[in-house]
Amino acid sequence: MQAKQVRTSWNPKRILYSRKMAPYLFVAPFVASFLIFFLYPSIETIRMSFMSMEGFGKERFVGFYHYERLFNYHFGHAILTNTVYTACVLVIMMTVPIVLAVVVNSRLLKLRNMFRSAFFIPSLVSALIAGIAFRLMFSDMDSGLFNQILHLFGRESIAWNMGYSTGILMMVTLDAWKSIGINMVYCLSALQSIPEDIYESAEIDGASALRKFWFITVPMLKPTLIYIFTLTVIAGYRMFTESYVYWVDSTPGDIGLTIVRYLYQMSFQRNDMGFGSAIGIVLLGIIMMINLVQLRGFGMFGKEKD
Amino acid sequence: MKVKKLTALAVSLLLAVSTTACSGGDGDVAINDDAAKSPDTAETEEITEPADPIELTCWVNEAHTDIFEYGAELYNEAHPNNPIELSLEFYPVTEMHNKLLIALQSGVGAPDIVDVNLTWWSNFMQGDIQFVPLNDIVEPDLDHMVSSRFELYSKDGTYYGIPTHVGATCMYYNMDLIGQAGVTIEEIDAIETWDQYLEIGRKVADATGKAWTAYETLNQRPYWPLLNGCGLDYIDADGNVTMDNEENIAILEWMYDVFQDGLAVEAPGGDLINENFYNWMNEGNCASVLMPSWYMIRLMDYMPDLSGKMIMRPVPVFEEGQPRSTCVGGTPTAITNQCKYVEEAKEFLYWAKLSDEGSIGIWETCKFDPVNLNVWTDARLTEPMDYFSGESFFDIMMPYIEGGIPSPVNPSDAKSTTAQELMRNNVMYQVFVTQEKSPKQALTDAANEVRDLKD
Repeated sequence: MQAKQVRTSWNPKRILYSRKMAPYLFVAPFVASFLIFFLYPSIETIRMSFMSMEGFGKERFVGFYHYERLFNYHFGHAILTNTVYTACVLVIMMTVPIVLAVVVNSRLLKLRNMFRSAFFIPSLVSALIAGIAFRLMFSDMDSGLFNQILHLFGRESIAWNMGYSTGILMMVTLDAWKSIGINMVYCLSALQSIPEDIYESAEIDGASALRKFWFITVPMLKPTLIYIFTLTVIAGYRMFTESYVYWVDSTPGDIGLTIVRYLYQMSFQRNDMGFGSAIGIVLLGIIMMINLVQLRGFGMFGKEKD
Repeated sequence: MKVKKLTALAVSLLLAVSTTACSGGDGDVAINDDAAKSPDTAETEEITEPADPIELTCWVNEAHTDIFEYGAELYNEAHPNNPIELSLEFYPVTEMHNKLLIALQSGVGAPDIVDVNLTWWSNFMQGDIQFVPLNDIVEPDLDHMVSSRFELYSKDGTYYGIPTHVGATCMYYNMDLIGQAGVTIEEIDAIETWDQYLEIGRKVADATGKAWTAYETLNQRPYWPLLNGCGLDYIDADGNVTMDNEENIAILEWMYDVFQDGLAVEAPGGDLINENFYNWMNEGNCASVLMPSWYMIRLMDYMPDLSGKMIMRPVPVFEEGQPRSTCVGGTPTAITNQCKYVEEAKEFLYWAKLSDEGSIGIWETCKFDPVNLNVWTDARLTEPMDYFSGESFFDIMMPYIEGGIPSPVNPSDAKSTTAQELMRNNVMYQVFVTQEKSPKQALTDAANEVRDLKD
């Protein structure tokens, strides 16, 4: 009996076709990659945030020292930069994509498909590559595109990358250019799922186009908007590339210093991996808190209870 | 039942792990291949036939490519039976440092030979040093080398990096612009102190309306060289933070006064090594800059309109007796402990950067001043340069360098990288761009931040 069982359990066909085994087999790659590439690094990051790495191969337990160090000018500045940046991007992402989606969804528009793809294509471009073009456009020389625009209004050229507010503007512009398209696609697909008859009955009641937009389109888009809002907040606080493309080696006056940039600077430029890990953990906390508050505000948790 | 489930899970994990193990296996095979090859090379040496070249992976600064390629040629001429082949990879300076740091932290993926910028050198001098000691190629030749350059890249008497150049500072004057103010070359020759320098600067600036000199606001020149010239630095030899001591503050305040007087301006683009500055300088907007020898090639390549108009002179001083030139910046080349052919790599570095032929190559290919003083009087180095009004850098600067030239004091200290980055990112910006802090305030704040770092 025993021998038989062993033999059958090693029959590869039996294993593959077994109802009990198959599910584990299918999830194995995911479980493995989760354990190796997510769980282990996460635990290791938490552990490292309590360690001081001294050069190579030496570490020492320092307790909450790295977390105490976070109360400094640079980190506060980085949180402020991320918050301002996220707020600016949010304002754009909560308005422009909807309007664009409504426009490219309109039957009155000719060449609709061309416009749709034109708005979407920037989302396919890597931010690093787009950044090269934007860096040239924001050049502080007279020949830079945005300085040329200033000249049209009779203004002097400015050094865009040397001022705080212009620096934020540069990063927001790059992100807006890149992300509006994908968010427009989300809105577009949501728009197309709104039943036509709701609009028809509104028309019978004599609703204007604006009222239809405000009282039908916007509420029906709410789930999509929450989705865009959540992702934009996460992306905003995790932002790195938009800063990196403009200020590669150093960020003058911490203009482009975001939380992740600070993490990168500490871990990889100053070899302070323990402190970098602590920044990472705090960033996780910040994003989680904002999203919890925001999802609660949108009533995402209330629904489940009801 | 539970046991079955657990075994099932274990089996699935095993499957996943074996997949990764297989992919790792490829690497192992490659290593075995190499090991199998080495006896071969030993055999072929005996019958004096050229063996397969040893491949050395080098991460280098792209501007230094020719130095390494020429060095490999010299090495292969000297060792026809045991040749090397370079696989050169280029990265931007910061990225190269970050990649190297990760490769050394994780113990895999580092190149055999690597260029490290001085700003980040200290990161590699902590804990168990991952570079190979180079004493046996450095010490025999040290008597005719600029020794302060080697001290810079050493720790506790062990040399870990081979310098690329002396990087001696000099003052580059645009004589075309200066001539427009009626100032003659003899007057420039007579400049010895900063007071004399500024006096002539006032004349030139008033007559031409152009800038007399330019400061970096995203980097540390000319502040750092000025400090070094006075024997000062951010961190002293004992590891104390000296960024906010009186002398350091006085020099930044002096720079600030010159800036307020309108004799110095912010360099367009924030430093002296970017396209915006090159264009501006090329158009003749600036009369003088304090830069190291390695700025020659940039002038020649990127500012062609200044050809025949520029001259080089030793740097003015605050008090008599101070050095008229200092070493600025630097890119040491090191061998990592992941290198499999350490002896060959050392020998190659010797040929590329220390030998007389290699040193001449450094000048001829990159226009850098080699650390090997033997060749400074060689005819190929002292040849007049058309770009610099028919003068030679070495003729002019040799008297100020052969007696020794100061380098930064303690760039191997753990705090040095942070200090330099704070100078670049914060102090210069706060003092010269936004002017939100006085030199004293900015330096005090930065110094306190560096002090707060625990050892």
